Amino acid sequence: MANKIPRVPVREQDPKVRATNFEEVCYGYNAEEAQLEATRCLNCKNPRCVNACPVSIKIPSFISEVAAGNFTRAAEIIAEDSSLPAICGRVCPQETQCEGSCILGIKGEAVAIGKLERFVADWSRENGGVKPVTAPANGHKVAVIGSGPAGLACASDLAKLGYDVTIFEALHRPGGVLEYGIPEFRLPKDKVVAAEINEVRALGVKIETNVIAGRTVTIDSLLDSEGFSAVFVGSGAGLPRFMNIPGEHFNGVFSANEFLTRNNLMKAYRDDYDTPIHAGRKVVVVGGGNVAMDAARTALRLGAETTIVYRRTENELPARKEEVHHAKEEGIQFAMLTNPVEVLGDENGWVRGVRCIRMELGEPDESGRRSPVEIPGSEFDIETDTVIMSLGTSPNPLIAKTTTGLETTRRGCIVADENGATSRPGVFAGGDAVTGAATVILAMGAGRKAAAAIHEYIQNR
Amino acid sequence: MYRIVSKEMLTPTICRMKVEARRLASAALPGQFLIVRADEQGERIPLTISDYDKDAGTVTIVTQKIGASTSEICSYDAGESFADVVGPLGVPSDFTEMPLEDIKGRRYVFIAGGVGTAPVYPQVKWLHERGAAVDVIIGAKTKDLIIYKEEMQAVCDNLHICTDDGSEGFKGLVTALLEKLVTEDGKKYDQAVAIGPMIMMKFATLTCKKLELPVIVSLNTLMVDGTGMCGACRVTVGGKVRFACVEGPEFDGYLVDFDEAMRRQRMYNTEERDASEHHVCRIGRGR
Repeated sequence: MANKIPRVPVREQDPKVRATNFEEVCYGYNAEEAQLEATRCLNCKNPRCVNACPVSIKIPSFISEVAAGNFTRAAEIIAEDSSLPAICGRVCPQETQCEGSCILGIKGEAVAIGKLERFVADWSRENGGVKPVTAPANGHKVAVIGSGPAGLACASDLAKLGYDVTIFEALHRPGGVLEYGIPEFRLPKDKVVAAEINEVRALGVKIETNVIAGRTVTIDSLLDSEGFSAVFVGSGAGLPRFMNIPGEHFNGVFSANEFLTRNNLMKAYRDDYDTPIHAGRKVVVVGGGNVAMDAARTALRLGAETTIVYRRTENELPARKEEVHHAKEEGIQFAMLTNPVEVLGDENGWVRGVRCIRMELGEPDESGRRSPVEIPGSEFDIETDTVIMSLGTSPNPLIAKTTTGLETTRRGCIVADENGATSRPGVFAGGDAVTGAATVILAMGAGRKAAAAIHEYIQNR
Repeated sequence: MYRIVSKEMLTPTICRMKVEARRLASAALPGQFLIVRADEQGERIPLTISDYDKDAGTVTIVTQKIGASTSEICSYDAGESFADVVGPLGVPSDFTEMPLEDIKGRRYVFIAGGVGTAPVYPQVKWLHERGAAVDVIIGAKTKDLIIYKEEMQAVCDNLHICTDDGSEGFKGLVTALLEKLVTEDGKKYDQAVAIGPMIMMKFATLTCKKLELPVIVSLNTLMVDGTGMCGACRVTVGGKVRFACVEGPEFDGYLVDFDEAMRRQRMYNTEERDASEHHVCRIGRGR
């Protein structure tokens, strides 16, 4: 019978302290806490959490091993379905997936599945990791474009099936958004990201950095002259959007991508790196997603007074609840129902403020969300010296432009069926490149499905 | 790692290096650029490709010491390696897609300023090899700062040098020389291409406008990734936002908002100055 104790709280760095450093916010469970939390799982016969997991991790099975103290076995069970558990345990939106469908959550608090996954992954890594199990080499080469979550998941599954997999990464470090987008305080780079990527390498996957698909190589050249039997495109959604309002090109207006890339990939926050970054004294971040939270919390840590400006209310914020909660604890201001209409500049072309207009929620739109409507005459100015635009991203058009016969949507997303097959035989795609910006775990799910489809495609040729 | 095969100083502040980067060399075309990161702590610095050898698998880069990072790049010697060299980036020059019969006999004038002379070279070479008539104007402050003189001489029809102090060739700015060639000497051109400092490209464009000569410019904006991700390189061209890294670096000069581009180029000047002043030399400390 499951233990009817309340959810075991997780230890975190004090908000006042962490607002000044880039160390990880959440310390995670220790073995004792994890075992105790694991005893809360009802071990449902028909586990809804597994269905709600985009990569179908056998959640009750691994949790019962944690409860029994068999952490190695728990790690092996997770490894069957996920190659990046220490990452997912940290950044998945569990509250809308596994934990969101946990029976315990109906009357009380869901099992802390994410924190348990993280504990198992961290424990396993610190204790030698899971031995890779791979089929004998089958002689077929597959190319994977992009080393983000979609590419890594696809590459892992194919390597386990015996394929000779090479990942091509445009940047100088593998990981995609895990490396350039998500900050250190949420996802440690060396300890977690690099370590899990090394696990993928241990399966035999090769990673070539500094190769831009569409420029350094093309998908056509990989298929036609480099002997690859299939290509998976997991190139993400890297192209930042701007608002197209006056003043957006004043100095001091940045995309969240630029701000985060400088700080995460290029390590601007560290004294030993050369990268310049401009955080200023006061920062306004426009947007309400996880990326907006990341940018705001980064600016705060670089010493700026930071305000998030969002056109709907707090209830509609697309960011994970935990991130919003953490941001508030750290002292980020939230200006809701507010939308910028103009960036104001000084005589030297630097930002001096943002002119905003107050909004109210009107009728629900086609997405079911009540759409924000401007309140006429309610304009007001916020004084600031830096503006960070975090309005979402779209896929980079480079691959579509340079690949023969690859169909895209009007918004630049690659057209692929549910198994990742595109309009061009032998070319598969998944993750943000297909869906537009979404989550790490959905991208991994798409990568896994595409791996299965690529296997079938090559076997049936 | 990307090994430096050879290095020479063209002037006291400009160095030329041949670097091993096989995939890059075999894909490179005129008009494109690359990004170098000297070591693990280094910035990603966009540099123009001034030549490439597909057989040897090498690319040639020309770097001018401007800030901390470019000085660090220039401090490397032959035999050493850069941590990262990535590219080719950007769209190749328009003429690489033109039918051969259109290139043949087409009259080009290139206006090259300072270190911008280096990326002009592969363009001139390409066009010259395909039968275009190419004149080149190289402008520099003084005689000692002229680069690529002999190389250019070998691949163009007429080379014109100008220096601010008159120490070699025409005394004055590239714009004055261009105007003289067209109005006084009766030279006729179908297309101008200006590559150099932003301020030079701005005034070259104004002169071309006056001469009713279409002009292409190559924008050396700030960049981080160079693949369209960061938007640091955004420029206004014909009233529209364009990313110089993936939609450029070459644009129709008439349409570029140069004043905005120059202001944006100075964005990190304060931070850059700090870096130069406080730059701790890591050379010889086991990078």
